[in-house]
Amino acid sequence: MNKITDLTVHELIEKLANKELTITEITQAYIDRINEKEKDVKAFITPLTDEALEKAKEIQAKVEAGELNGAFAGIPIGIKDNLCTKGVKTTCASKMLENFVSPYSATIVENIEKENIINLGKLNMDEFAMGSSTENSYFAKTRNPWNLNKVPGGSSGGSAAAVAANLVPWALGSDTGGSIRQPASLCGVVGLKPTYGLVSRFGLVAFASSLDQIGPITKDVKDAAMLLNLIAGHDEKDTTSVDVEKKDYVQALKNDVKGLKIAVPKEFFGEGINEEVKASLEKAIEKYKELGAEVEEVSLDIAKYALATYYIIACAEASSNLGRFDGIRYGYRAPEAKDLKEIFKKSRSEGFGPEVKRRIILGTYVLSSGYYDAYYKKAQQARTLVMKEFNKVFENYDVILTPTSPVTAFDIGSKSENPLEMYLADICTVSVNIAGLPGISIPCGVDSEGLPIGMQLIGNKFQEETILNAAYTYEQATNFRNTYKPEFKGGAN
Amino acid sequence: MQVSKEEILHIANLAMLDLNENEIEKYRENLNDILDFSETIKNAHTEDLDVTIGANEAKNIFRKDEVKKFEDTESLLQNAPSQAQNMFKIPKVIQ
Repeated sequence: MNKITDLTVHELIEKLANKELTITEITQAYIDRINEKEKDVKAFITPLTDEALEKAKEIQAKVEAGELNGAFAGIPIGIKDNLCTKGVKTTCASKMLENFVSPYSATIVENIEKENIINLGKLNMDEFAMGSSTENSYFAKTRNPWNLNKVPGGSSGGSAAAVAANLVPWALGSDTGGSIRQPASLCGVVGLKPTYGLVSRFGLVAFASSLDQIGPITKDVKDAAMLLNLIAGHDEKDTTSVDVEKKDYVQALKNDVKGLKIAVPKEFFGEGINEEVKASLEKAIEKYKELGAEVEEVSLDIAKYALATYYIIACAEASSNLGRFDGIRYGYRAPEAKDLKEIFKKSRSEGFGPEVKRRIILGTYVLSSGYYDAYYKKAQQARTLVMKEFNKVFENYDVILTPTSPVTAFDIGSKSENPLEMYLADICTVSVNIAGLPGISIPCGVDSEGLPIGMQLIGNKFQEETILNAAYTYEQATNFRNTYKPEFKGGAN
Repeated sequence: MQVSKEEILHIANLAMLDLNENEIEKYRENLNDILDFSETIKNAHTEDLDVTIGANEAKNIFRKDEVKKFEDTESLLQNAPSQAQNMFKIPKVIQ
């Protein structure tokens, strides 16, 4: 038998049902794994191993006494540290919120608690989800389990690295411009950003409210579908959450793509895309053809302005959202501030890290008098254009296939001094957020250094079942997980 | 596009940030780079297009304006950097 921590969540559920495993055995196996590997990976900000074991024993006893059932009871999870968890610190990887304990839980955290899923800990991220490498965390730099000298991607780097290193069976992340899909790609796991409005954002610390979505990071596609079943749904506490009919995303996994129409936009395979990434994607396209999908090249000429559009809109919204951090009601307060204005200025200047300040400055600039029309208004119009261009493609196709990231995992420190170069890491993912579409990243190969390569499948609004089925069918035909495993190379520097 | 030191100081003041000399120079350079790159947005043919403010159809969501009391004031105040008598404490505002 595989080690417990190698198993997917659907395999764990099966073994619990067959009484091959107990809830406490599963939690203990994860705690042992965390004790062994966390020192190398640094995926957690707040590990909750003691609390998790206690909870596991409690749930185990209730299940044995027949007081509790439910397929997910006793399954552990990891949660990105920008999702509010009542009674447990939510830091957003910032000095600003170093000691913040939320008075309430996010709606989706309540959802998973209702299922008696056990929180194994809060996971590392770029500060306030701003970054593509998890190097912007105030607490630690998370390392990529495939090579410890490489970044795990970001901003949900702790979530992706924890799933790849088997420190948690699955995790929740958030995605504003690629923050679920890009780290999933760099860590060789599955990451899904749902359609804007499918999942409640209540209790997610806001970065850019018109772009943020919460989603699953998992070992395989079936687990992603299962976790989406638990978190999707309308919530009156988030007026942007959409009241659509509940679907069963696991039922949508048909292992069949015959007749599926896949568009491959040539502009996503051009300049800046690594040759090995390109070659791997081309093999995946051939596989889809073999499986009976109809694949055609199309033009989706948005890449050259979508990234600028994204950074203008995201930073503008961030500069507004982060205005709430004033050192009065919660968060860091500069100790030596004498009057109110000094509290605001010093607390914000000392509490925010360099990237967060950079984005507040850019956002404030594009919203300021004299520049609003040239940047912010123009970006909002460009956003309309991006949506129109996607709509055109979806008139004739079911799925759009692109790389998730132009490159595989890069060296820690190699881009951190050049913000613009770091922003280019998001070139393939941001347009999906701008248009509010669902996108999934699944592994499709490794490069010559053995680092994972990710493929992104984009669907039309609320068509998660289409991209999940397309991803599942490819996964079943190729089986990346059994062929490649993270080896924890390098490190100790 | 060249952003001046004065403009950076003006923006930082609007954003309630104090910047030291190093930060001013660094953010000035970064902002210039990013704004130069953002010129690519001029490639987007947006003539006559409406602005989009959200990913979904813009429509008003109405609900009754009912007060729901959050009882757990203790958990709210535990996060306050300074508090007294069940209130947030700040320095004197009126001299």
